[in-house]
Amino acid sequence: MKRTLTVVAMLMAGTAAHADGELHLYNWGNYTSPDLVKKFEEKYKVKVTITDFDSNNTALAKVEAGGSGFDLVVPSAGFVKIYADKGLIQELDLSKLPNHKNIDPAWMNVEWDPGRKWSVPWQWGSTGISVNTKDYGGDINTSAIFMDPPKELVGKINVVPEMGDVLALATMYEGGKICDDDPAVMKKVRDALIAAKPKWMAMDYSTVEKMTKHDYSATVDWNGSTLRQRLAVPEIHYGYPKEGYPLWMDNVVLLKDAPNAENAYLFMDYIMEPENAAMLSAFARYANGIAGSEPFMPDDMKGAPELYPPAEFKDKGHFLTVCTGKALEYQTAIWTELQK
Amino acid sequence: MARRSFSVTDLPGFSTVAMMVFAALYAPMVVLVVYSFNQGQSPATWEGFSLDWYRVAWANDEVKNATVNSLIIATCAAILSTALATLAALGTTRRKGFKGQTFIYAMINQPLMVPEIVTAVALLLVTAAIKKSTGYTGLGYLIVAHAAFCIPFAYLPIRARLEGMDLTLETAAADLYASPWQTFRRVTLPLLAPAIFAGAMLAFVTSLDDVVITEFIKSPGQDTLPTYMLGQLRRAMKPDVNAISTALLALTLVLLSLFYLLTRKKD
Amino acid sequence: MATLEEEAEVQSRRNAWLLSAPALVVLFAAAAGPLIIVLIYSFLTPATYGNVEWIFSLEGWKGIVFQHDIFSDNLVLADANLVIFWRSVKLSFITTVLTFLVGFPTAWFIATRSPRARALWLFLITIPFWTNLLIRTFAINQIIRNEGVLNTLLLKVGVISEPIRLTYTDTALLIGMVYVYLPLMVLPLFATIDRFDMRLLEAGYDLYANRWQILRRIILPITRPGIIAGSILVFVPCLGAYVTPRILGGGKNMMIGNFIDLQFGQGQNWPLGSALSITLLIIVTIALLAYVRTIGGENRHG
Repeated sequence: MKRTLTVVAMLMAGTAAHADGELHLYNWGNYTSPDLVKKFEEKYKVKVTITDFDSNNTALAKVEAGGSGFDLVVPSAGFVKIYADKGLIQELDLSKLPNHKNIDPAWMNVEWDPGRKWSVPWQWGSTGISVNTKDYGGDINTSAIFMDPPKELVGKINVVPEMGDVLALATMYEGGKICDDDPAVMKKVRDALIAAKPKWMAMDYSTVEKMTKHDYSATVDWNGSTLRQRLAVPEIHYGYPKEGYPLWMDNVVLLKDAPNAENAYLFMDYIMEPENAAMLSAFARYANGIAGSEPFMPDDMKGAPELYPPAEFKDKGHFLTVCTGKALEYQTAIWTELQK
Repeated sequence: MARRSFSVTDLPGFSTVAMMVFAALYAPMVVLVVYSFNQGQSPATWEGFSLDWYRVAWANDEVKNATVNSLIIATCAAILSTALATLAALGTTRRKGFKGQTFIYAMINQPLMVPEIVTAVALLLVTAAIKKSTGYTGLGYLIVAHAAFCIPFAYLPIRARLEGMDLTLETAAADLYASPWQTFRRVTLPLLAPAIFAGAMLAFVTSLDDVVITEFIKSPGQDTLPTYMLGQLRRAMKPDVNAISTALLALTLVLLSLFYLLTRKKD
Repeated sequence: MATLEEEAEVQSRRNAWLLSAPALVVLFAAAAGPLIIVLIYSFLTPATYGNVEWIFSLEGWKGIVFQHDIFSDNLVLADANLVIFWRSVKLSFITTVLTFLVGFPTAWFIATRSPRARALWLFLITIPFWTNLLIRTFAINQIIRNEGVLNTLLLKVGVISEPIRLTYTDTALLIGMVYVYLPLMVLPLFATIDRFDMRLLEAGYDLYANRWQILRRIILPITRPGIIAGSILVFVPCLGAYVTPRILGGGKNMMIGNFIDLQFGQGQNWPLGSALSITLLIIVTIALLAYVRTIGGENRHG
């Protein structure tokens, strides 16, 4: 009996031990370059464990419950402030981050973290429209592709089932702003979405596979995903909706109860090295927000139209925020109505 | 004239349906195996034979780690839940109805009735409190949580078999002065074995497929294959998971074949 | 004499509780206990960004049936919620019937093989389920796609002249759910059929029953516990299905599982999510109790 207990105890302790030289990263799935992690582990003799989440809300709920055991989390822009407001993360000691100066000036004084005292950039991108131009030759820089589809695309459109992104696109298409709480605007948004839905084929995440296999002719999509599609099928292009499109950035934050804060600082500093930031991008296929990383990027990403919005559409991108109150109520009600 | 032997157990069309079911069950498996040898980046178009994805999967610590976690949790949870379910089934069947029986049924079936997300959120709050006060973050939480929702899956087949089991054999054994333990060991257990096996299989499979509860209560480094894949859902799905699944399938086949051959020799 | 019998009954009841106790403890700790939290949460106020504030409120419960019309502020029937509930029940019911229709012959086939072959067939039925659910679901998608294996085959054979569009239809969803939940039907059925006394069939034939009568009058009534166990195991998890509707149904239509998930996730309304869950729990409990009553009643009479 005693022996069984020892064995059980050993089994259970297996993952519990917090030896020195560990780092626990809690990140979106398939988003962390294994090569970079290996390089970091070798340089600092730190064992990195990566654990995946699939939505900001799950990650937040888990960290908020406490005792999660993670050091670093990678929430999206709007969520950084929520983490800070709830007292879940610590203000960064910038003296431990010499590479902090590498943050691209454009990403330094961001609305959710002016001066970058709480978070450092991971990856950023936009939500737009991916269209196979073999099927449709018209203007693709518009949300009309899915809100009021041209007849060539009817029944061949996919919309990613992401409430925040889709409603942001739809609201801006109808002349509103992100997290709009004007009932007149939201009513138009609802009616337009309900009218458009029968013309969609699916609301699904697996866009890379379905676009390249030509199951869909167009989809609401993220820019990095479209980049992958274009590399496989050159006729696929990314459209920046001129009515307005959402921008997002995922950021690394340091948890207040991080068991390995020192290693966490090493890691944050490490990924702000331009060469290493480029490694992250090469894997995740998005841009990174670190100045000087461009020369280290893989050739097929240098100057890619998906990563760098053309001048005319640059100011049409707006950062996604987390809606609350009435605006959120509208969104959830419309989303439910849409998928009922 | 060909004479077909008449067998009482034959029912018209049943074998045909069964064969079609097996064909349908294995079709996706074949697709999976074939595509794991696909050369291309896309998991959907055939671009020639290659072993690249096996190399990629082998080099991917996250996938390996997830596979090991999945197997450890599923094995422990299946054993634990089947043991508990067998006891409970012995306790609740083949006796006169008693007060509280319905309560026990309800408790046992309860995990089936609650959507996973609800149990997951509730468990998150409970485990977080325990993690904070004890500092223990091992696989134990996942094993117990999985065992709990696997119990009804193990219990129902065992109970279904017990319910119609002939009591006379056991009575006979008792009449021959077998102790209750001997009766259980020599008579009841062998009769019950197929159902226990079925129950354990169901429990294992259920644990292996769980996404939501695991997602909410896992600690650092405790991704299982399903949570790993859920995390990938939003990005491009990579075929190295196909390779891992095929390898897992091959491993299962080898183990089960060995088991099958060994038990056959004994007969 | 009566005291002896009574004593035996007390003893039997004590054994029942003792044997069930370990399972009950685990279930209470990791499944039923935490639900108390959910019940409490359903009476609280949603906090911003998810979670709850500890202020008593009935809004969560009201939100199931009624909603403020978001644009006129009148209280109206939440028809979207009801549509979602109804669709889930309907699809789960059809799935259960379909798994029974294909599962029963399969279980019968396995159970009537020789003991050796039986073990082999049993392995064969479980092996596909050793692969990850998501991968299996994706693989099904590969097969039923427009240019998938199924359509290509049917076109070649000449059964159809143009591909059947299955992807993202309720049919696709049903195919997927039947596939996913089939072993939950086959294994309990197998466990009952396996101990079925085949001499009863001989007796039946001796009395000039035809095959249909044998099936209806002998086999189905005797395998009833297995049928019920299988149906419960399929129906209930179907109701809470989450992954399959999302992938095979194309995500255009929610089932209850997705709807509840929405409340705990992006909808940030945990009390409504809790109240919805408890409602689902009550509905299923009533159905289950009715089941248990009927079997219990039959046992007592038989």
